[in-house]
Amino acid sequence: MSLDAKKVARIARLARIGLSDDEVQTYQKDMEGIIGWVEQLNEVDITDVPPMVGTGLATARLRDDIVTDGERRDDVLSNAPEREGLFFTVPKVVE
Amino acid sequence: MSSYRITGETGEWEIVVGMEVHAQVVSQSKLFSGAATEYGGEPNTQVSLVDAGFPGMLPVLNKECVAQAIRTGLGLRAQVNKYSRFDRKNYFYADLPTGYQISQFEHPIIGEGKVEIELSEGEKRIIGVTRLHLEQDAGKSIHDQDPTRSFIDLNRAGVALMEIVSEPDIRSPEEAGAYLRKLRQILRYLGTCDGNMEEGSMRADVNVSVRPVGEEGYRTRCEIKNLNSVRYVMQAIEVEAERQITIWEEGGTVDQETRLFDHVKGETRTMRSKDDAHDYRYFPDPDLLPLELEQSWIDELKAALPELPEDKRARLEKDYGVSQYESGVLTAEQSVADFYEEVARGADARLATNWMLGDFFAALNRTGRSIEDSPVSAQGLRELLGLISDSTINGKIAKEVLEDMVETGDSASAIVDRKGLRQVTDSSAIEATVQGILDANADKVAEYKSGKDKLFGFFVGQTMKAMKGKANPAMVNDVLKKLLSA
Repeated sequence: MSLDAKKVARIARLARIGLSDDEVQTYQKDMEGIIGWVEQLNEVDITDVPPMVGTGLATARLRDDIVTDGERRDDVLSNAPEREGLFFTVPKVVE
Repeated sequence: MSSYRITGETGEWEIVVGMEVHAQVVSQSKLFSGAATEYGGEPNTQVSLVDAGFPGMLPVLNKECVAQAIRTGLGLRAQVNKYSRFDRKNYFYADLPTGYQISQFEHPIIGEGKVEIELSEGEKRIIGVTRLHLEQDAGKSIHDQDPTRSFIDLNRAGVALMEIVSEPDIRSPEEAGAYLRKLRQILRYLGTCDGNMEEGSMRADVNVSVRPVGEEGYRTRCEIKNLNSVRYVMQAIEVEAERQITIWEEGGTVDQETRLFDHVKGETRTMRSKDDAHDYRYFPDPDLLPLELEQSWIDELKAALPELPEDKRARLEKDYGVSQYESGVLTAEQSVADFYEEVARGADARLATNWMLGDFFAALNRTGRSIEDSPVSAQGLRELLGLISDSTINGKIAKEVLEDMVETGDSASAIVDRKGLRQVTDSSAIEATVQGILDANADKVAEYKSGKDKLFGFFVGQTMKAMKGKANPAMVNDVLKKLLSA
């Protein structure tokens, strides 16, 4: 599978990463390398092997439905680049 | 088969609608964190570091949320998948701190089910449910506090949602409304979602397309997001269908897109801000192991499932002899059905039904109260009906007593004693009054005897009035017949 510059730019945009034209070329080459390597893995026949999610040895642990957290607004807001009173603030999102 | 048709310039069109309903799960804590879910808390106080997307924080699945999803699946007569999995749905939005929503994409917890809806003329239809999956809710953006900034409250971030996806089986706005109402009723009965659309605990996305009547296959659909009332769902479908028909008839093509419904202008419009967001790049969440369910747990939940609306309806019809219409009204809300049964169990069932649907509902409407804070208890209403059944009071007086009960909160028998409303069943007293009325209206008696039968009602009315409504009506009739034919 080849990866054109347009696709690299799109992937970057979806990840909110700004790339210069030079960087697009660099990453295009890097990512093609990764894809090539994965394609090599695709040569292995795994028809009868179910996809592995996690270790396959364990299933989800469930917790009881009790309130054990919260009431820690200062912690929650501590890393906010911007805040106003009780809220995080962000540049206006217009619908 | 209902036949909702829109007549365009070129002919008749039908609509094809599927719905995605987001129902907030009733639980104490969030889907993956121990923060509280309660509505209306101080901003950003019901947030754990997991919900706020702090690095290194790990999600742990809430058992009760899983149980609620299973109960809902059972209530929708759907398949419960013993293996399901959580995936990341990636997109950027200000109220989504992690940059992804944990959802279930390839392996949802609940598979195919069905919802039976009832339309205005008692006609029934089955709407297929494709799937139900668990996912996290996002936080809340507040746009009206500042000219240049939006404020973010993460209290809702991470609360469990069930997304319930229907098949494109819906063919009219009425069916869409009926489907949503039925779904809400089932969820409320199950106690898995409070169904409160004003508070946003149930919201619907609607997929609409149109096609000429008789055409096979589906045309391009548009998704209308975030409708928070049954009425808006119905209106949005109607205006969106009109819009699409106009486009097709003018030779254009409908673009697949996400739209918003503006209920003030009565139109839908493109939601451009998320153009890019459709590439969600789902992948299994590496922080969460697959969810595997034991059959014994599913069986346990099934055994403890409350009676569902349809079963309750059938039972009320059988046990209390109520009509299909009456059972529909009585089971619309579980609380109403419970109240009714409490009344009807110890009273004449027919009397209980008539009073419940008639004077009692009217009293609730008049006072603006709901069944939960009814001014008259079920026991109180039952006592009142008992007084009718044992002839202590007649039906007309009972209405007066009910009004008094609503106003004062006194018991029916206390009111009857206080006001001296006990029915007069003493035949000599009734005879004396009737005779007095006939003597005072000799002219009318003559008219009656010369064939003006309608005057009988006049004599009944006068007698009742003279006896302050307390006479036993059947006895008044008998006495009048006897004396008038004398």
